[in-house]
Amino acid sequence: MSILVIAEHDNNNLKGATLNTLAAAVKLEKEITLLVAGSECSSVVSEAQSADSISKVISVDDSVYKNFIAEDLSALVLTIANDYSYIMAPATTFGKNLLPRISAKLDSQQISDIISIESDDTFKRPIYAGSCIATVKSNDSIKVISVRSTAFDAIGMSNSDVEVVNIDAVDSFGLSEFVSEEIAKSDRPELTAADIVISGGRGMQSGDNFHLLDSIADKLGAAVGASRAAVDAGYVPNDYQVGQTGKIVAPDLYIAVGISGAIQHLAGMKDSKVIVAINKDEDAPIFQVADYGYVGDLFDALPELEAKL
Amino acid sequence: MKILVPIKRVVDYNVKVRPMADGSNVDLNNVKMSVNPFCEIALEEAVRIKEAGNADEVIAISIGKTESQEQLRTALALGADRAILVETDSLLEPLAISKALAKIIEQEQADIIILGKQAIDGDNNQTGQMLGALLDYPQATNASEVNIDGSSLNVTREIDGGLQTLKLKMPAIVTTDLRLNEPRYASLPNIMKAKKKELNVIPLSDLGVDAAPRTELLSVELPPSREAGIIVETVEELVDKLKNEAKVIS
Repeated sequence: MSILVIAEHDNNNLKGATLNTLAAAVKLEKEITLLVAGSECSSVVSEAQSADSISKVISVDDSVYKNFIAEDLSALVLTIANDYSYIMAPATTFGKNLLPRISAKLDSQQISDIISIESDDTFKRPIYAGSCIATVKSNDSIKVISVRSTAFDAIGMSNSDVEVVNIDAVDSFGLSEFVSEEIAKSDRPELTAADIVISGGRGMQSGDNFHLLDSIADKLGAAVGASRAAVDAGYVPNDYQVGQTGKIVAPDLYIAVGISGAIQHLAGMKDSKVIVAINKDEDAPIFQVADYGYVGDLFDALPELEAKL
Repeated sequence: MKILVPIKRVVDYNVKVRPMADGSNVDLNNVKMSVNPFCEIALEEAVRIKEAGNADEVIAISIGKTESQEQLRTALALGADRAILVETDSLLEPLAISKALAKIIEQEQADIIILGKQAIDGDNNQTGQMLGALLDYPQATNASEVNIDGSSLNVTREIDGGLQTLKLKMPAIVTTDLRLNEPRYASLPNIMKAKKKELNVIPLSDLGVDAAPRTELLSVELPPSREAGIIVETVEELVDKLKNEAKVIS
């Protein structure tokens, strides 16, 4: 039996998390099929054909899938699900929204957010905001799995001309209708894909003060993130949130500014290669995970840091 | 119109959970239990919809041990009109919870089901979507705004990089993200009043759902710890270390 990986993409390009999910699938040592469902997404299909380690691409190009409505995508996946023993997707907003709908219809208990594959039925995943790691064995015949992308290095893209099979779309579910989308335009990299992330916490004191981080981010080509406390305080939108209930990041460099280091935040960034903490409270828990700590007022440190970069 | 809000009893947000000494599970002895924070946001939204005159009744429901009545009483104090406990001593998986909820929703004929996007114990983020699938209801996860529009719901969702708005035909499932609202605190008079509100207890076995576990928890361990590094004295030293020692900036 083989593995179906559901590609996350934007109808133009594959999202990076798809390549991490494929990397997790590779560890199961079974044949891998990549499903690309979208609308006018031929460029994604071509890109998918070069993904290493896959043996087939299934393509469905239909306006029904333009906005990746979970009700419609899950109905599509269910038409082919029984050919597979694993159905996998990234544990991103896309995968989290979609996968449980498939899992419930298959009467399978999904395993969410895996960070390692121990055997063909046993997986590790964080629980309690990453305070503990659970090792879980699945006894369902079709295993539905979401993958934490930062835990697996992306596969390469050096395959060529993998076979593409086109399948038919399923009629729209009809009860959910796409109205609109506002995607923030930014020249900066996406949080989960950035090599450098600079995040602010409650210590930033206001949303306006985030411009101090923005100008450093511009110099470093970094993405800007925030702690849950900063989001709760209304300084920045929720899609800035790094943490167990937000985004999980693992950049080469993570700079935490005015962030105390609550467990829920650490769960979202502690796999970063190098962590810098800037905080005026020398007892802040963030310093226990930081490679480089600077104890001092961020309103003095940030302009100085920007000037020295 | 009826709104149903599932409430989960979980370890309080402020408790740092550790594995048991034998690594068989997490150690939950003598820890404070609370309403899952995302469920509080869900309940708050339901109560606000009712207060705006758009719903007649808000029903809180929990699935779990007898002690979950404490969290249902909290929900009643926060504005739910009545509560249902589906009682079981087993710790159910999201699939089984969804099946039990689906039964109750069919009985109650709720128009909107608002759930937290995830519980802070298992961090699964599954129940709302599974419930949507089992009932064939439309769903909007990670909601940051919910508006009623006749027999439809307009829900703005937080997605990667921005916001998406969906129009769902009711009955519909909504799961809440952080910024949907700021839940209120229960006032003393409301806590007193909540004691007199209806709380029905139904044994899980009465619902006739397959709640058998599909997974086995083999072990629980602490995550690998990260060593603390060094404290730099100046910003200049920091920049020098990042450039020349860690080599992460140029």
